[in-house]
Amino acid sequence: MIAIYDLMFTFTNGGFRLAVPYLEIAAGEHVAVAGPSGTGKSTLLNLIAGILVPERGTVTVDFRNIAALPDAARRAFRLQSIGFVFQNFALIDYLTVEDNILTPARIHPVLPLTLALRARARDLAAAVGMADKLARYPARLSQGEQQRVAIARALLMRPRIILADEATGNLDPANKGLILDLLFTQARDMGATVVAVTHDHDLLPRFDRTIDFRSLQGAA
Amino acid sequence: MTNALFLALAYMRFHRIASAALIMAIALIAAVPVGTRVVLNASENALGTRAAATPLILGARGSSLDLTLAALYFTDAVTVPVTQGDADAVWDSGLAMAIPLHVGFTARALPVVGTAVDYFDFRGLAVAAGRPMAQIGEAVLGAGAAARLGLKPGDTLVTDAQNLFDLAGAYPLELTIAGVFAPNGTADDRAVFVEMKTVWIIAGIGHGHDAVQSVNGQSVVASPAIQQFNRITPENIDTFHLHQNTALLPASAVLVVPYDAKSAAILQGRYLEGDNPLHLIIPATVIEGLLQTLFRIGRILDAVVLIVGAATVTAIALALSLATQLRAGEMQTLFRLGAHRATIAKTIGAQIAIILSLGAVLAATIVIPLAYLSPQIAAMLVAAAP
Repeated sequence: MIAIYDLMFTFTNGGFRLAVPYLEIAAGEHVAVAGPSGTGKSTLLNLIAGILVPERGTVTVDFRNIAALPDAARRAFRLQSIGFVFQNFALIDYLTVEDNILTPARIHPVLPLTLALRARARDLAAAVGMADKLARYPARLSQGEQQRVAIARALLMRPRIILADEATGNLDPANKGLILDLLFTQARDMGATVVAVTHDHDLLPRFDRTIDFRSLQGAA
Repeated sequence: MTNALFLALAYMRFHRIASAALIMAIALIAAVPVGTRVVLNASENALGTRAAATPLILGARGSSLDLTLAALYFTDAVTVPVTQGDADAVWDSGLAMAIPLHVGFTARALPVVGTAVDYFDFRGLAVAAGRPMAQIGEAVLGAGAAARLGLKPGDTLVTDAQNLFDLAGAYPLELTIAGVFAPNGTADDRAVFVEMKTVWIIAGIGHGHDAVQSVNGQSVVASPAIQQFNRITPENIDTFHLHQNTALLPASAVLVVPYDAKSAAILQGRYLEGDNPLHLIIPATVIEGLLQTLFRIGRILDAVVLIVGAATVTAIALALSLATQLRAGEMQTLFRLGAHRATIAKTIGAQIAIILSLGAVLAATIVIPLAYLSPQIAAMLVAAAP
């Protein structure tokens, strides 16, 4: 379960302020966060992931306040428990599709890169339709293909929480549905919670719940 | 660490040109000063060792250095020759062994050295193939010369023409290779050794006659046909003769090997006077002076390399820093995925370590062969000196 209380975050330049008085997302719930651009939806995901630290309030995941953890513990939590699909894909240009998917395993401090993990990476690549492009570099992929690789990477470590920042933003309508189905299927298999920022209103009915970010902020 | 190495290697493979340039720059920074120092040390050693192994040199009064380089490294720096008679005089004194040397001719750009067989014993040159020279027109090659020319016993080698347009002058001589010496890592390796009589024939002081039509008492009638070079054959070898008293024939220098210290002192005393056209020098002393100059040049070279090296190290540090900054986006991604600080540091550190290691390995692959070949390089450098 994700629980946010009295959250306050201000960017250092002071140009943007996010305030979320209260938000709860149940374990295994698939939630869409919708709202206009520039209101802080991506920032909220970064706060849940522990990438950003709030100046006030708590972000609790499974009864553990992520905001209060030391930096190293937040990183470990993120690596182990969060699967993040970034808005700009954030693929590593010098790694192939297969190695990009395996990146979370490669940066894990103790987990060995087993054959099982490699097999899982290939399975995930196949699931997102990239099985025949495992040896390609990101520069030779379309934006939609890069998005799929980013999704496969987010799922590799079987995270408890999947955060998706416009995960289907660069896909054609047919693939949007397929990718979302894949995300939900994998999440259900893992019992993972999904929090997805999206502008695509056609996709909202597929989620268990939609949070209107303006109303969330308005409650502050 | 394995994963950090994997990421570093993957990065370098993808950015292979930039990585190769960095590795090459680091290798050159390390190899140039070390390699220069190695060759310089080898040159000093080679010069010192060969000079120390040569007790005295007799030559026409003039530049001691020119005489030393001619006698030890077969340069053609000596312009005023001594005579075979000067060498004989040393022999006749009973104080030393005298080994004449004649340099100045070449065969395919390698020095042709006229000398006596005593030279080979004196330098410890052992025949590795074939046999020592036994008659005029035969040559024994140094190991390096044989390798460079691709010649073996039984092959022939023509000396280089001295003047293409002098039809009345000396013709090149075709030499028959009698043997090849084992290498000894000195200037001897790249020399073509012949008898003194053979160089005198090359010099045009002696000659033979082909197509002799009749020999009638003092009268010899030979073919006037112009030949491209002389060839000494079993048929014409008896016709070769010298047109001067042997004692007056030239040598570039005479290696003098006194039988003992007292003999050396007596001989040195005999050539001390300034009006004597000959002087007897101690090559070790001459080379010591040259080494002092080399040492000073070496110090300047070290300073230059140090300054250039410092500038290049700074440039490499800047390049590595820029390369790290170029990876800032990737590092940010690793951070957002949850990479520990140490993991990110290891990834960058592995890249720098690999580049430095490969640079060091490449530098070693330049310096180690250079160190191995440095005696030969030093000998070539000295021999090539004007």
